Amino acid sequence: MSPSGTDRIEKQILLRAPQARVWRALTDAAEFGEWFRVRLDGPFVPGAHTTGHITYPGYEHLRMDVLVEQMEAETLFSFRWHPAAVDPKVDYHHEPSTLVEFRLEAVAEGTLLRLVESGFDQLPAERRETAYRMNEGGWAIQMDNIQHHVGG
Amino acid sequence: MAARGLRPVATQEAAPLFAALGDETRLQLLARLCSGGPLSITGLSRTSAVSRQAITKHLDVLSGAGLVRSRRHGRERIWELEPARLDDAHQYLAGISRQWDEALGRLKSFVER
Repeated sequence: MSPSGTDRIEKQILLRAPQARVWRALTDAAEFGEWFRVRLDGPFVPGAHTTGHITYPGYEHLRMDVLVEQMEAETLFSFRWHPAAVDPKVDYHHEPSTLVEFRLEAVAEGTLLRLVESGFDQLPAERRETAYRMNEGGWAIQMDNIQHHVGG
Repeated sequence: MAARGLRPVATQEAAPLFAALGDETRLQLLARLCSGGPLSITGLSRTSAVSRQAITKHLDVLSGAGLVRSRRHGRERIWELEPARLDDAHQYLAGISRQWDEALGRLKSFVER
């Protein structure tokens, strides 16, 4: 935990699916887009940017731009992104980004997935405000989708 | 969904809060007030390598974010924690954390169907 406790988010979840299946859902851009609700323009390639649009109606103006860091077959997928890179007039590439890491481990019941997003403390204060706000918007969309999905 | 009602209020107020927390000296001052109870600037500067003037400046930032409050005691100003504000920070982080839970929940439905 960082001194402020605001630098990182850590999660883990047990998925009752084979490791290879989870790996594909995370690293195949089309599959990632299905559950994340984003239409990506290209595949994930280590060292390269992948961009796309959020696909939820009313939120298509939100861009997603990730720089893939590591893809270690079926065990580690990581990328960096700028959580608030939504103003076309601003060049975010020289600003600190947050790092998202998905770690997979085969267990008896399926696959254990660990997620860490870190680096929030490094974001410029004014950007962090926007980042959290965008994050809020983005994840609110995800919640709506789940509600639709389960018929709520 | 309950989470949606919780977050928007917290977000507006959370940014200056995190900005105030994002400094080593200020975190040390908070830790001191946390363990040492209400303290004067003199009390705070005793254990700090930072000057009294700097401490005063940092306390003003913390005060602006609603993390600490002060009251006059004779010629000194006594500083103490504003505990409710730290609770806000925890609540806010819990909200972000929940968003990840939801996204991973979507992933789970996706790979298990």
